[in-house]
Amino acid sequence: MQFWIIQGLNSLSLGGLLFLLSSGFSLIFGLMRLANLTHGAFFMLGTYFAATAMRSYDGLNIWVTAIGAGVAVAAIGGLFERLVLTRLKANPLGQVLVTLGMSFIISDACLVLWGGDSIPVPTPQNLQAPTRVFGFVFPTYRLVLVGCAIAMAIVLYCLLDRTRLGAMIRAGVDDPQMARAVGIPVSNLFTIVFCLGTGIAGAGGVLGGPVLSAYPGLDADMLPLALIVVILGGIGSLLGAFVGSFIIGFIYTFGTALFPELAYIILFLPMIFVIAFRPQGLFGRVGA
Amino acid sequence: MKWLAIAAIVASPLVPVVAGDFYINLASQVLIAAIFALSLNLLVGFGGMTSLGHASYLGVSAYISALLTSRYGFGHGSAAAISITGTVAMAAFFGVIALRATGLGFLMITLALSQVLWGLAYRMSNVTNGDNGITGLTRPAPLGISLDSPASFYWFVLIVAAFACLMMAIFVSSAFGSSLKGVRDQPRRMAALGFNPWLVRWITFMYAGFWGAISGLLYVYYHKYIHPTSLSITSSAEALLGVIAGGSGTLGGPVVGAAVVLLLKNYASAYVERWNMMLGLVFLFIVLVMPTGIVPGVSRLAAALGRRSR
Repeated sequence: MQFWIIQGLNSLSLGGLLFLLSSGFSLIFGLMRLANLTHGAFFMLGTYFAATAMRSYDGLNIWVTAIGAGVAVAAIGGLFERLVLTRLKANPLGQVLVTLGMSFIISDACLVLWGGDSIPVPTPQNLQAPTRVFGFVFPTYRLVLVGCAIAMAIVLYCLLDRTRLGAMIRAGVDDPQMARAVGIPVSNLFTIVFCLGTGIAGAGGVLGGPVLSAYPGLDADMLPLALIVVILGGIGSLLGAFVGSFIIGFIYTFGTALFPELAYIILFLPMIFVIAFRPQGLFGRVGA
Repeated sequence: MKWLAIAAIVASPLVPVVAGDFYINLASQVLIAAIFALSLNLLVGFGGMTSLGHASYLGVSAYISALLTSRYGFGHGSAAAISITGTVAMAAFFGVIALRATGLGFLMITLALSQVLWGLAYRMSNVTNGDNGITGLTRPAPLGISLDSPASFYWFVLIVAAFACLMMAIFVSSAFGSSLKGVRDQPRRMAALGFNPWLVRWITFMYAGFWGAISGLLYVYYHKYIHPTSLSITSSAEALLGVIAGGSGTLGGPVVGAAVVLLLKNYASAYVERWNMMLGLVFLFIVLVMPTGIVPGVSRLAAALGRRSR
């Protein structure tokens, strides 16, 4: 019983982490039709920022760090979008390739700056004490992570569904040409959404830091997880990313615990099933 | 341009006569990378299917051959046959999954699948030996001829590469190749004409997997060593860069592109340690400056110069 509850909580926290990773990816894909392969690298950049900031300033608040790193990563993402991606508007393949090139550059730069050893990110002091859940001891921080993901989902939902900016983004997703014709600055929206998506990845990297710690290759570990989540949930769908994250969180956690050798194969079984029977993903729309 | 290609073909068997061991080995590596890039080009250039997981076929065939010969005492002939069959079967399976999507979806699925294999190669260390890789492999001795010297191995690779180029050239210029290009450009019209676009793509996918497997065998024979990095996204990306840098959809382009990437990697790593960063920068450069590739770019330049001189 203890095993199931503890692993269930672990799955939830991994699911939360995956949502922080993949929601930005899904957002960017939804509007820009761009598979942003730099996403894992932006996430890793956030983790490294956290490692450096929180180790050099003792007791630095993790929320402040997350916002700071999110803004910093969003700025890098925005520059990249303005300087490189906008030049390749008519060339979707070229866009994917430059994001891949960019991910190599960032991950190698991280290796230069931070070296090859893994750097742990400290857990915030007020969250270090474990919590009792149904009488079982569980790290508080991991539960907080689930809360973060839910909060992020609510914020994104409100942003997309309840604000003027969100309405413009949705219009851009549905019909970019028509949106342009009625005066929506779609290319500015692209920049905003790219900054937003990468910023979430950077902040997610900070929040995931205490669980994952910063190490070279973190980007290559996270990118396939993001891909699998969005393929499963439906590319460009926020709800899909949310549900997909928790499904993958459960499958990966229980897979690793029960069949450690086969965890990687188990991870992509649901993806195969979904692609076979519902190629657009659980919550994706046809033609997306 | 055509004369340059002919000159290269005529000169290729002479490499071991005039060059030292270092350059002979480099030339062997170029040829292996060229076969690999050509096989990827069947998908990218002629099929319009941009795969970011082509290293799967190279890596899996290399791993199967390495495991069978080093651990289970298979001979090279049977190990090669099993690894090619196994890799093509895997390509058939992956094709069924990945070809449910086109365009970016296809790219993401191939990437995810290859990352899964890479993860497996790292994690299943009791089978693959994980990060240590598999060492102590041998080269085969076809017809009793040892391939241990650089020159003999080069000739072996050259024969295979020539055959591979020929087979792939026949493939794309055949009637099937035409239908493949038709499916790339106008899938709906091809379907209306009675072709089955999915089947055309799937067969091409397996054929590309087959030549990927061949290059994987040569790769593991050359290095006598295999490591999970051969399955990594970097490995897939290098091949894709070769195809695009050389010019996708041409037969000479990927060969030139693969040679450029490989030489760059060899020479760059002698001076700077940061190959991955350089690979990324080259990616940005090629895509932004030379989107159609070196071979079409140079051909166009040559044509323009020819017009001017006349």
